[in-house]
Amino acid sequence: MSAEAATEPAQTAGAVGAVATQAELRADRRVRRRRALLPYLLLAPGIAWLIVFFVVPMWSIISTSVEEGDMDTGFVLTWRWANFGDVWTNWREQIIRSLEYSLMCTLFCLVLALPLAYFIAFKAGRWKNLLMALVIAPFFTSYLIRTLAWKTILADDGWVMHVLTTLHITPLLSGMGWTYSDNSVLQTPFSVVCGMVYNFLPFTVLPIYTAMEKIDPRLHEAGQDLYASAWATFRKVTFPLALPGIVGGTLLTFIPAVGDYTNAVMLGGPKTKVIGTVIEQQMIGTGGNLPYGAALSVMLMLGTLVITLAYIKRAGTEEIV
Amino acid sequence: MPAHPQVHHRPSMKTRSVAVLNWFRKHVIAIVAGLIFFFLLVPNAVVVWMSFNKPSGKYNVKWEQFSLDAWKNPLNDGILHDPLMLSLEIALVATLVATVLGTMIAFAIVRHSFKGRGFVNSVLFLPMAAPEIVMGTTLLALFLNTFGVGFLGFKSILIAHIMFCVSYVVITVKSRLNGMDPMLEKAAQDLYATPWQTFWRVTFPLVAPGIGAAALLSFALSFDDFIITEMTAGSSLTFPYWIWNAVQKGIPPQVNVIGSLMLVITLAGIAVAEVPKWVKATKSH
Repeated sequence: MSAEAATEPAQTAGAVGAVATQAELRADRRVRRRRALLPYLLLAPGIAWLIVFFVVPMWSIISTSVEEGDMDTGFVLTWRWANFGDVWTNWREQIIRSLEYSLMCTLFCLVLALPLAYFIAFKAGRWKNLLMALVIAPFFTSYLIRTLAWKTILADDGWVMHVLTTLHITPLLSGMGWTYSDNSVLQTPFSVVCGMVYNFLPFTVLPIYTAMEKIDPRLHEAGQDLYASAWATFRKVTFPLALPGIVGGTLLTFIPAVGDYTNAVMLGGPKTKVIGTVIEQQMIGTGGNLPYGAALSVMLMLGTLVITLAYIKRAGTEEIV
Repeated sequence: MPAHPQVHHRPSMKTRSVAVLNWFRKHVIAIVAGLIFFFLLVPNAVVVWMSFNKPSGKYNVKWEQFSLDAWKNPLNDGILHDPLMLSLEIALVATLVATVLGTMIAFAIVRHSFKGRGFVNSVLFLPMAAPEIVMGTTLLALFLNTFGVGFLGFKSILIAHIMFCVSYVVITVKSRLNGMDPMLEKAAQDLYATPWQTFWRVTFPLVAPGIGAAALLSFALSFDDFIITEMTAGSSLTFPYWIWNAVQKGIPPQVNVIGSLMLVITLAGIAVAEVPKWVKATKSH
């Protein structure tokens, strides 16, 4: 806007003078060039930052993943692609477990996010903004502290365990292999996925809510006028229109969930080790094999990149960004 | 029906159960939403509740005894001072830099045409879609390959935080810019305002709430970040990193005090932003 305005005096000057002098033409050209340059000047610092500290590091991690050596002598780039085979053999179990946990987390988040977003978008009236603020409010207490709170909530002698035992749900959970005994749910896949669903649910709700809020409520009335049941209206009208939000929400849930290890460590035990924990140990912890940690990161990166690019191709970025 | 009023006075079991069923069907979505809100908000309540606990051992997991000890000594004899200050410093600087860089990008995207729009969008979108552990390890590899272990600390954490905050600033400011009436700026120009005056007197005040929201979001993201921080921190401890290390040794209730304070400040912020709107809405009804 400001640049557009800047050209105007030059153009007016040319018109008033009837015959533009060489100097005026040159000044006009200079202003035009400056105007064309402005967006690049605005973009340059931020985009450069992202290229140097987001795009370039991807190359660093790939080169680290094919290094060889140990902590004492240092690591040397030998293009050892066999690192990738090694990590798959060593940690296949953790890789598959991370996929299982994050898929379950995404599914449960979707099941919870759909009614919640629907309620806020269509039934909450003027409480809409307040309720959306409540969905985001938990974010503002450190998430590690909130995750720890689940240890209190799910404790063996807590009220959740009491309810689950009374309703005879605990044998069901252990029967499905989600817990390991009938009197405890902590340090099991159940508590880990519970913490993940809790932590990532707002990421699922936000895009779905944004998509649903745009839906004209008269479309629901039209559905009802045509004798569609509430369920049929949801399935045939609301769901397809909210689909971009649903795809975006599940993506924004699955991708952080697959690399997360905070829930697995804080709420889980030795049997719930995920790929993030392995990477953490290899990169900065006791594992001490930087190239192995890097190779696992590259696998995770490529996996999520493929999913994301497929999504961008389908839905376009402008909608999300 | 008016001929048989007694039917209405004594509804049969069947009609009553139908009424209950209908009420339930009508409100089922509200009940489900209520339960999900309960699920989302209970941990926050537990955080606040446990800040008043007086644990006998090192672990503040089980409720034992009411006490104000932690609130009277929120920094736990100064143990929490350094991690909190480091987190605050990083969050403030990261917010400042990311907000300026992100706002500039948002203006370029909404107000200008340029080549390579698809590339810019991808570079902005990917950091939001990449798992944190990937961003953390890639940056760690870059820092180790280029500068060595000595570089890890305040600088490396700051670089990482600015990187992941920029995209969120761009979306927040962009949506505010998109919602603005461009005619207001045209009007200013028609009234012979210079481009500079138009920007500072019309555009900026209108976009300011969006920039403010973006800054708050950046601050929260940076202050709370753990995974990327852990990878790039070296031996520096931010507040979340301190908590992570303390989990095995036992978390003092002071951590809950700080968590509660963060929540109270946020809720107060929401109230300040929302209450005037409700009052307005109630009056106009």
